[in-house]
Amino acid sequence: MDLTLKKHITLTLIALFAGLLLAGLFFTLVQAQSPTPTDNEVNAVAKQLYCPVCENISLDVCPTTACAQWRALIRAQLAEGKTVDEIKEYFVANYGDRVLATPPTRGFNWLVYILPPLFFLGGVYMVYRVLSTMKYKKPDQPAQPPVEPGEADQADPYFARVEAELEQHRKNGE
Amino acid sequence: MTSLPDEMKTQEHSRRLPTWVVGLAFTILVGFLVLVGLGLRRAQSGPITVGQDVPPFSLTTFDGVTINTADLTGKVIVVNFWASWCKPCEQEAFELEAAYQYYKPGGEVIFLGVDYVDTEPEALGFINKFGLTYDNGPDLRTKISQMFRIQGVPETYIIDREGKLAFVKKGPFLSTSEIQNVIDQVLQ
Amino acid sequence: MVSNFGFGALVITLIVSIYGIIAAVYGARKNSLAWVESARKAMLLTFPLISLVALSIIYLLVTGDYQVQYVYNVTSSTMPIYLKVTALWGGQAGSLIFWSLLLSAFASAVTLRKWDRDREFLPWVIVVALVTLVFFVGMSIFFENPFVRFWQTAGGAEAVAMFKPVGATNLTPFDGRGLNPLLRHPGMIIHPPMLYLGFVSFVIPFAFAIAALVTGRTDDRWIRVTRRWTLVAWLFLSLGLVLGSRWAYDVLGWGGYWAWDPVEIAAFMPFLSGTAFLHSVMIQEKRGLFKRWNMVLIILTYSLVIFGTFLTRSGVLSSVHAFSQSAIGPLFFGYIGITFAISLALLLQRWNALRSEGEMHSMLSREALFLLNNLLFMGILVVCFWGVLFPLISELFTGQKVTVGPPFYERSTGPLFAALLLLMGVAPLSAWGHSTVKTLGKAMWKPFIASLIVPVIAYVLGVRAPMAFVAFWLCGFVALITLYEYYRGVAARHRKNGENVFAALWNLMGRNRRRYGGYIIHLGVVLMALGIIGIEMFQTETQGTIPPGGQMSLGSYTISFDKLDIFDTADGRNVARAVVSVERDGKPLGQLFPRRDYYYDSQQPMTIPGVRSTMEDDLYVLLVDWEPISSTGVTFKVYHNPLVNWLWLGGFVFIFGTLVAAWPEKEPEPVRVPAVNRKMTSSGVQSAD
Repeated sequence: MDLTLKKHITLTLIALFAGLLLAGLFFTLVQAQSPTPTDNEVNAVAKQLYCPVCENISLDVCPTTACAQWRALIRAQLAEGKTVDEIKEYFVANYGDRVLATPPTRGFNWLVYILPPLFFLGGVYMVYRVLSTMKYKKPDQPAQPPVEPGEADQADPYFARVEAELEQHRKNGE
Repeated sequence: MTSLPDEMKTQEHSRRLPTWVVGLAFTILVGFLVLVGLGLRRAQSGPITVGQDVPPFSLTTFDGVTINTADLTGKVIVVNFWASWCKPCEQEAFELEAAYQYYKPGGEVIFLGVDYVDTEPEALGFINKFGLTYDNGPDLRTKISQMFRIQGVPETYIIDREGKLAFVKKGPFLSTSEIQNVIDQVLQ
Repeated sequence: MVSNFGFGALVITLIVSIYGIIAAVYGARKNSLAWVESARKAMLLTFPLISLVALSIIYLLVTGDYQVQYVYNVTSSTMPIYLKVTALWGGQAGSLIFWSLLLSAFASAVTLRKWDRDREFLPWVIVVALVTLVFFVGMSIFFENPFVRFWQTAGGAEAVAMFKPVGATNLTPFDGRGLNPLLRHPGMIIHPPMLYLGFVSFVIPFAFAIAALVTGRTDDRWIRVTRRWTLVAWLFLSLGLVLGSRWAYDVLGWGGYWAWDPVEIAAFMPFLSGTAFLHSVMIQEKRGLFKRWNMVLIILTYSLVIFGTFLTRSGVLSSVHAFSQSAIGPLFFGYIGITFAISLALLLQRWNALRSEGEMHSMLSREALFLLNNLLFMGILVVCFWGVLFPLISELFTGQKVTVGPPFYERSTGPLFAALLLLMGVAPLSAWGHSTVKTLGKAMWKPFIASLIVPVIAYVLGVRAPMAFVAFWLCGFVALITLYEYYRGVAARHRKNGENVFAALWNLMGRNRRRYGGYIIHLGVVLMALGIIGIEMFQTETQGTIPPGGQMSLGSYTISFDKLDIFDTADGRNVARAVVSVERDGKPLGQLFPRRDYYYDSQQPMTIPGVRSTMEDDLYVLLVDWEPISSTGVTFKVYHNPLVNWLWLGGFVFIFGTLVAAWPEKEPEPVRVPAVNRKMTSSGVQSAD
């Protein structure tokens, strides 16, 4: 073989080899930068998801085999670089809305968020009406004198009245 | 409650509680009870009863093929719900595959395995372990299982040629002959 | 034999109860003392009868008669005797009998009191108590019979029935399934009875309320008579809830005490309406207001009590979903519906008679603030009720299952609880009838100034979150107001009578138990709030797998894994026990022993944490089995829960305060006032009871 050709071939092989080596190094470096997610990272996501099979147990504490599989799934997805929201979306797409901690805000589910405040406001309105209508009625007896808090027994109106009546009795008897 | 404002009304005007209030209170109460009662009854009655039409549904297998039951009228469909984490499901897996092989040449019976709330790697592992060759796919968003309102796994539903539910089995089949007996009855 | 005997006693109880109802109604209608007395005797008779039923079950449990299905379900030969006895409430069927036993006991106790002034109430109280008893006993006889046994029919199949089917033989399993391991913890042993005591005792005020409605005695007599019952009922219910939380913390292994699980909420709801009721009846006593609302509250509480009973864990039902699919669900739902409707009808019938006797003049008077208290409690109740019901309704209407989890409840009720905390501090300072911003301000400003130091202390200790500052300040403020009230009372007595601090304190609490007991309860609530703030806002956790000799750290704590022992115990479990050493900032603090118990008979694991508790915080170490537990590497989960023990301490203070408030007063009967003076005021001069 011609010497220059041999040189070319050798050089090419060396270059190829070096390239592969570098590529290998590069890939191992990349791997080192995304290690297996820690248990804490998995828990942080699992806390926000609920077991689709058992009721009302979050994935980080659920003891069943199925939940262990889902935690492994979360770990794998975190390793792939998925964000928390992406993982949640994946779970919802596969298992339905029930994996989320609260019903997603759409359609019928709005009822769960709206009714309690509505009832509370209704209650506030009723209390307001009671207080305002009662407040302006003319009292048919004078309001009790403002009681000084802290004067325990003396403050008890029943006690005061009994004492007053006892006094009355004594006076009448004398 | 309607107690307090009406209290004011009665003090100032009439002496009777207006009948419309009584009527309203009871209507609301009865309405609410009926609602919850209906809900309970629906939960109680369980899945689609035998003899009823089964709404069409579609299943995308792990291989990516989408199957619509609407296209399968005229055939008997065996819908089996399973999961890789379900121990009793393992008891009937071999038997189901054997039954599938038995009916395969005839082409009259379709087997659909619906994977309930599972992870794909584990599901594929299950399929490989038991050598299941019939169509299996995940129940995305648990739509299919909610339609049948299953109470657990494994459960099997057999739909007859007219699309009506013919048979329900809760729990694993005990033998291949049990499966065959049941399917033969539906085939008639 | 014993099963037949027990069942017989149960049937006789039902018959006697039905007779009692008929006799009481007839006696009331015909105004016949003899018939009412007969009904009372029937009521009393139910107690020994149902005790026999309970004793029969206990006998079967202790002797291990596994032919009886219930015994098979909840006991096994490896269980110690005391656990076998407590298995009476370890399952659905036994729990129902236990509930009936408690109801019969309480109702009998009520019928034994002096009835001279309330003769007309007696028959109706008996009717309500017995109707409830008939429901529960009937449920036991027809649906959840604890005495059904296993038989092998002539055809070889297994059957479960009360009496031997024709041609069948006895079928006795070798051993039982054993009590659910979660129920074998001391907290779980006391928690169901406490909760049931709380539930059952609320039936008594309800019975009196119904009696008041039926007889037209719409004054507050029924409230005064049941005042202590209500307090005691509330005490037991609170105790039951606190114990349940403690059990969850100790044994469920997720570092928390309350998960907003529907079952927990179902037990919490009667507590909410019960607390509202507790406060609201004081308005009726002192000012004659809100009679109708009080009726509504007690009716609501009764319905919620029945609802809670059926949803609790000591039965088989572990979720609302399971409940709705059981056979009992519709029946009991029907019972609630019917009793609620009848109660409502009675209330509406007496509507006008329940007119308020007075008016509210001031927005800041105590009754106005109590009204606000009720509003807040009802707000929380609505959130809880709707949250529990919504998944069912969602499935009904949309076919979609959803989860309503802790974030929903925490965000909705958090502000309401905070408002209640503030109100708890301010309301005792306002007076019945009249209060102004000035009078309230006068009473509050000193504690307010003093409380400002709390956020400062918090800041110094490293707290940075704004919410935490507000929360801690609130606790400090309310605590200081309450303590200031005590101080002023003691000072006043000291000034007037020259008593020293202790005598003054003793007399203060003795003369007005309800007020000062109430203050202690409020103080207890503040301490509990402190614990809750600590664990909810400042909890940290970490998890990791370490080999023996390895270490992991959380904050300033370091735990080292010393060794792992795996062994079997005499009572049928396999234990994997780790020994870990704890250090803080380099200082060794001792060893903890988290373990995982696996029960052979029920095939269930349980993780028990190793906990180091101080008033400052808890270090909570769990053995986690994500990976199989082996000596090469063990996964630990460590929680740091600051301030959590104030929660349990607060619970104690709370209970103590309730005892003070409920303690019978030894005061002599007040002097009878001449009739002419009775017309004096609308708040009335009512003789104390």
